[in-house]
Amino acid sequence: MMGSDNQVFEEAHVYASREEMENLVLDDDNSSSKSFSNYRSATSLSPPILVTPADSDPLLAPPPYRDLRNPNAPDNNGNNQSYIEPPSYADVIFRPFDETNPAVNEINGVESSNQFVDSPHSSTSPVSSTSSDYIKITVSNPQKEQEMSNSLVPGGNTYVTYLITTRTNIPEFNGSEFSVRRRFRDVVTLADRLAESYRGFFIPPRPDKNVVESQVMQKQEFVEQRRVALEKYLRRLAAHLVIRKSDEFKLFLQVQGKLPLPTSTDMASRMLDGAVKLPKQLFGESTALVAPQEVGQPAKGGRDLLRLFKELKQSVSNDWGGSKPPVIEEDKEFLENKERMSDLELQLSNASQQAEALVKAQQDMGETMGELGLAFIKLTKFENEEALYNSQRARAADMKNVATAAVKASRFYRELNAQTVKHLDTLHEYLGLMLAVRSAFTDRSSALLTVQTLLSELSSLQMRAEKLEAASSKIFGGDKSRIRKIEELKETIRVTEDAKSVAINEYERIKENNRTELERLDKERRADFLNMLKGFVVNQVGYAEKIANVWAKVAEETSGYANENS
Amino acid sequence: MINTQRSASGSSQSPRSPSSQPYLSVSVTDPVKLGNGVQAYISYRVITKTNFPEYQGPEKIVIRRYSDFVWLRDRLFEKYKGIFIPPLPEKSAVEKFRFSAEFIEMRRQGLDLFVNRIASHPELQQSEDLKTFLQADEETMERLRSQDTGYFKKKPADLMQIFKDVQSKVSDVVLGKEKPVEESNPEYEKLKHYIFELENHLAEAQKHAYRLVKRHRELGESLSDFGKAAKLLGACEGDALGKAFSELGMKSEALSVKLQREAHQLLMNFEEPLKDYVRAVQSIKATIAERANAFRQQCELAETMKLKEINLDKLMLTRSDKVGEAEIEYKELKAESEDSTRRFETIVRLMNEEIVRFQEQKTLDMGIAFHNFSKGQARLASSIADAWRTLLPKLEACSSS
Repeated sequence: MMGSDNQVFEEAHVYASREEMENLVLDDDNSSSKSFSNYRSATSLSPPILVTPADSDPLLAPPPYRDLRNPNAPDNNGNNQSYIEPPSYADVIFRPFDETNPAVNEINGVESSNQFVDSPHSSTSPVSSTSSDYIKITVSNPQKEQEMSNSLVPGGNTYVTYLITTRTNIPEFNGSEFSVRRRFRDVVTLADRLAESYRGFFIPPRPDKNVVESQVMQKQEFVEQRRVALEKYLRRLAAHLVIRKSDEFKLFLQVQGKLPLPTSTDMASRMLDGAVKLPKQLFGESTALVAPQEVGQPAKGGRDLLRLFKELKQSVSNDWGGSKPPVIEEDKEFLENKERMSDLELQLSNASQQAEALVKAQQDMGETMGELGLAFIKLTKFENEEALYNSQRARAADMKNVATAAVKASRFYRELNAQTVKHLDTLHEYLGLMLAVRSAFTDRSSALLTVQTLLSELSSLQMRAEKLEAASSKIFGGDKSRIRKIEELKETIRVTEDAKSVAINEYERIKENNRTELERLDKERRADFLNMLKGFVVNQVGYAEKIANVWAKVAEETSGYANENS
Repeated sequence: MINTQRSASGSSQSPRSPSSQPYLSVSVTDPVKLGNGVQAYISYRVITKTNFPEYQGPEKIVIRRYSDFVWLRDRLFEKYKGIFIPPLPEKSAVEKFRFSAEFIEMRRQGLDLFVNRIASHPELQQSEDLKTFLQADEETMERLRSQDTGYFKKKPADLMQIFKDVQSKVSDVVLGKEKPVEESNPEYEKLKHYIFELENHLAEAQKHAYRLVKRHRELGESLSDFGKAAKLLGACEGDALGKAFSELGMKSEALSVKLQREAHQLLMNFEEPLKDYVRAVQSIKATIAERANAFRQQCELAETMKLKEINLDKLMLTRSDKVGEAEIEYKELKAESEDSTRRFETIVRLMNEEIVRFQEQKTLDMGIAFHNFSKGQARLASSIADAWRTLLPKLEACSSS
């Protein structure tokens, strides 16, 4: 107990700040891991992992780990040779996401997990177990650029562009590595065009515009925040097996210069055009029918305000259940799924919140433990300096042990937390995806509404035609004007029939997209959640073991004080 | 009863052989709330087991309240200057917690420690006041308590002022300012400096220890909430995954309970001893103030005596008829001065002994506290690991199904 090595103090000096504590070199600790001052920043950029469990399970992969405590440890396949000693996770590094590099698992328990995030080997694209497709996207190098004289503000607007680098071996891309510069507005355009082209798909939601934040935050901080968000978004898009091969995505990633996609302002001007056309339509001067090719888009986004009104009327009549709509959403399975997704979203939101609270509590625990350790280190130093009695030196030695343990435990808590953040992030990811699900279901509803509108229009046109025919048949020799009207009506009916077919096809297509996406989502989500749970639990076990060891040592060292009180 | 407070000064606790070794052991138990509303207070049972001849043995039980303990402390402080009187747990508490089970238990523990330390101190255990406290009936006690016009009827603010004076005197000396009525003993200066610094360091450690208790509680709460959320999510997912979430949720809730328990242990066995340490240091500061007073008094009397001596010589030279009177005064003053010097020297001697005891005792106390702390943490972490570990084969089963 007395006067052991003072290595701690050579380096300890006066510790007032956390950084100093981070650099504190402790006795048997050979790495001064630069830990995380902000657990948020430890939130990784990895997309939801879509691999099957077999590839990613750290328990089945063959990382070499030795159980220092028990040479008879069960082998990694979980075949317990002895049920007495459970496998020790204290010596394993917990990186269940690092499936491409199982051999990198290190034995040193105090490894900083920063390496995982920056490692060039870490796969950022989910590798499906069947294909070897690979695509990695990085967003970097934000730069200020000047807008040309287009704007109203003299001197021009400035905006930020980001360098988007893609590395891939997917054949649909021509090339294996390319870079473009894009601004945020381009991303909005991409997102909008994808939403139009891939109705019914679960398209990952794009980052928010954050108008308020962009004004209020420090420019650098905001740009960095946006860069991270963009990277996450693009990687998610790349993870979607259908969308990654879309034209829109490819154009976005590859075409130099101006993004060759119609922008959303174009769409807005189309709305204006539509407003101009409306009076003519109402007076019957231009055709009031819906061109078949336009039926492929929802009325809201399109030019046709009249169509919008009609569909609105239809949806109202649907709601009031006046006349039984000809096509009802009778897919009970779909309704059940919709209900299920809604419930899932609610629970995910709740779980996501509680996960954040848990992370904060772990973070705080680590911090306070560290501060306690520091306070004891100061006390130890003080007692040693002022010691007149051996009892003081003994006490100082005891305190040093406790302080060392507390600082170590504090580090372990922080590492545990960084890993926990990564695992539980899966909850946040899927919560974000629920937005995409809702939007895909909305695509379906609006497509159905279009069909219903057309059907009821068709039936009313047909009724008119019948009436006219009945009336004109009463006049002997025919009524020239009525006959002409009937002809026109029949033409309208034909066009509307075509539109109806297109609408029905579109609806069926979206239905099918919904179905396959839902299947994919369920399958992937199950796998990802299971992985998350395993990762989370392995993490907790491992770090709890490490922390237990640290304190057991001190308990041992102070066991001399134990008496019949304990 | 705290066995560890037994020093080697002859009061061992061995009720099996009452006739051989003299012993005095006390326990403070059974807190009971009495009275109503604002007047409400807690009373404790104080059980004394002893074979001291002056005591009504072998066992006596009395009922005491907090202010009775305060009375005892004040009396001892007055009578045994130089000795570090064991500290009392704090007087006031936030109204809300004054009657919370935790607070009452902490206070009971503190009071028990207080009395036992007195009973095991070779000098203090001889005190008449202690005997009164342990043996007198309740009415007598109440009478004594209300009569008390002792030094420490002063308000805490006054006490603070005394401490501040001592502190400023320390710093004055350190700064080299001339203050005539101060000891110029470098060793003693060092001790004073040590005591004041120590209090600061300890207070900080105690603050963090208290926060650590809170963190345990918070982590427990968030684990509980997280567990509930996981269970709900599991209900939504269904199948094997749902089951997995469910199990996770249950484990999480179970661990929450463990954390709350450890938080309580931490409070009682780690944070309290640290607080106790701080109080002990504050008690030493009071003794330091006493010593300063005694020194000042001694100096003043010595000064006055010198003046009187000079005056007496003068009178003797002039053969004044006031000589007789002056001689008597001088003699009285000399006796007082010698008394005062003796008192001061006693304090010095006692303090030197006390400081050694104090250091030894504190090493012991903290050693135990550290041991309990680390054992508790190890146990907690271990059970956390065990709990989560049992989940793993179940998760494996889920993914393979």
